[in-house]
Formats: sequence, C-alpha cells, structure tokens
Amino acid sequence: MTAPIKHTVQFPADRARATSFNEASARTRVELLLDAGSFVEFIGPTAREVSPHLKIFDLPEQFDDGIVVGRGRLDGSPVLVAAQEGRFMGGAFGEVHGAKLIGLLRAARALSSIPLLILFDTGGVRLQEANAGELAIAEIMRAVMEARAAGVKVIGLIGGRSGCYGGGGLIAGCCSALAVSEPGRIAVSGPEVIETNRGVEEFDSRDRALVWRTMGGKHRRLLGAADAFTDDTVEGFREAALELLGLVGAFDLDRLKAEQLRLADRLRSFGGCEDAIDIWTAEGIAQAETIPELPADQFIVLANNIGRTSRDAR
Amino acid sequence: MEDLRFQHNVSARAGGTRRTAIVGVVASGNLEVLVERVLPDAECQLEIKTAAVGFGEVWEAVIADFVERHRPGGLRLSINDGGARPDTVSLRLAQAVRLIEEDEQ
Repeated sequence: MTAPIKHTVQFPADRARATSFNEASARTRVELLLDAGSFVEFIGPTAREVSPHLKIFDLPEQFDDGIVVGRGRLDGSPVLVAAQEGRFMGGAFGEVHGAKLIGLLRAARALSSIPLLILFDTGGVRLQEANAGELAIAEIMRAVMEARAAGVKVIGLIGGRSGCYGGGGLIAGCCSALAVSEPGRIAVSGPEVIETNRGVEEFDSRDRALVWRTMGGKHRRLLGAADAFTDDTVEGFREAALELLGLVGAFDLDRLKAEQLRLADRLRSFGGCEDAIDIWTAEGIAQAETIPELPADQFIVLANNIGRTSRDAR
Repeated sequence: MEDLRFQHNVSARAGGTRRTAIVGVVASGNLEVLVERVLPDAECQLEIKTAAVGFGEVWEAVIADFVERHRPGGLRLSINDGGARPDTVSLRLAQAVRLIEEDEQ
C-alpha cells in the first residue's frame, strides 16, 4: 500500500506516440510536443497571475488562467509555444489568458526568426469577462499579423476537446498554417449558437455526424482551411508542426492577394453546396459519404491528392 | 467560493529536489494542486479555494489522512477546486507530492 510507485521507463517519443492529443492536458501536450526537458514556462502557475474577474462571479480561478506559454525546442530548433487548457472554462479567452498570448506574439515579433506554435483548445471568449476577452481576440489577431509581417511563422495546432471556436476560429484564420486532427473542430459560431439563432432547420446541433462533417478536421483539411491532417497523437502533431514549418513561405502582399483569390475561388466553387458531402463530391471525391469513416492514414493520402491548399496563399 | 487553510507539523521532509510541481485542472469535479517547496522541513501548509461551500470537515479529514500517508514536510500546497470528490482530491494530492519528489532534470 505504501510502497512507492515506480515510473515506467519510456522514451519521450514513445509516450508522444501513445498519447492522445485530444485527451491530454495543455501541459502534457507541451511537454510531449517539444524536445524532452526543453520547455521553459513564462508567467507560470507560481506567479499566480489569475483572472481579476472570476472572483466577482464567485467562480474558481486557475493559477495559469488556462493557458501555458513559454519557449522550448522542436527537433533541436528554438520555438515559442502557447497551449490552451480546454477543460478550464472551455479554454475560453479572458483578460489574463489573452494577455499571455499577446505578450508571446509580441516577443516573437521582436525576435522575428523564432516560430510560434499555438495549441488552440477554446470555445471563444469567456462570457464573464466578455469585453476584456473580445479586446484580447482583436489584439491577438493584430499581433499574429504583425509577427508574421516581421517574418515569424505562426502555426496553429487544433485537436483539443473544446475545438477552436469563436474568436479562436478567427485567430486560427490569421495563422501561417494549421494542422488539425479528426476531433479538432474549427468554426466561429458553434453548433448550439447557430441553432439558437437560425433554427433547427438551419443546423441541428444534436446531429453529431452533421457537426463533425461541417466543422471537423477532415472537412477543414479538404476545404484547404487546414494545411495538414494528423492522427490524434501528440507525436502526430509534432511531425505535422515540423512539416508545416518547412513549408511556410514569406508573408507579403502577394501572398495576401493569393489568399484572397483562393478564398474567392472556394466560395465560387462551393457556395451553392448544402452539405459538406456535396462539397467533397464537387471536389471529385468518389463515394464522398465514406469520408467520415476513413482511417487517418488513408484520409491523409486522399487529402494530399485533392490538394486544396495553396503553397502561395495564406 | 470558500477559502480554507490548514497547517500541519510533519515528521519528515518531502524527498526529491524539485522546487515546484502542478497537477490537475480546474473543471467540474476536478481540481489543480500547485506544490512549492518553500517551508521549513517540519511544516506543511495547505490553502484551498473551493467552489463547494460547507465541506470544511471533509477537507480536514482528507488532508489529515494525506499528511499522515505522504509526510509532505516543507511543502506549501495551493488548491483551486472545482467541486472534486474526496477521492479525487486524495489522488491529486498524492500525484502532486510524487511529482515534486522527482529529482530536477
């Protein structure tokens, strides 16, 4: 009973391969994503920089306000990293939570050569600190663009249980590139929000298959919103991040124009589609209705053949 | 919210060399435990902020049991609780001490 439990000796890469990104905490994701032992946290939990608002609502605080930020190494090279904890208040942006990400992005801009990884896991803005949260979203979007303009690659990794919704979806749209897994969802308004505002005929939030094929990782990859798709493991996201860091090019006016063309073309091609399956069919995928059941490895091959992403855009 | 504080005299210093450790998240039925090696070897302090009001006696029992089993001398444990059950609290406290008892990498 009182005998100490011995740690099983395991190589970090093996642990990263065996660990679901979706189920892991923000801290575990960061620990296993980066080179072993390389992570150094900024404004960690001992600093107790908690939300100044939650106490007013008689709600519990978290010492890191639901986001872990710091620096480390990825395959030997320095990176900055931010990871949202989707289980604390749905990973939502509050004042301190947002400020930590803004500070990291501004540091990245000043350094200009060190890439930044954002591990999104968020429902959007924290309603208890809505004004501060909305301001944080705007400031983060600006900071992402300024960092990119200074030469920083900003890579978003999306596979957490809260998905990437609300302002998180907007910030993701500003990144240099995104990697997503099947359980990762990217959107602005969530299923319940759409149903509440537009009616159940518009979007049935209880239809999980509909939610997943509309907002889920596979659809986002096939549409070109996400640049890489990975199996739901931390190692999968590590490899996807490395791949994207190698692909992202310079950010300039030509690239923005190319992105505008890509999005306009997407709207022209698929704007009339009623359902994700119609889009996949229009993209030339035979038996598009089988996409949700396709294993990750087969899906990756298929998505690469479709090739919606443009190396020149974003 | 309710704030609770407990102070215990402990017979042994917690092992290992790490200065801090953190486990858990603040979510419904869950809690985070931040542990810091900042006290004299024979002392242990716990500061709890809990969303479940009126369970001071249960906390007192769970923590007395924890101090007796793990002898967390020199440690200050700070807890943000989202209404976790006593067994979850015991588990997180044990995890926190085990983590800080690892040697610094």
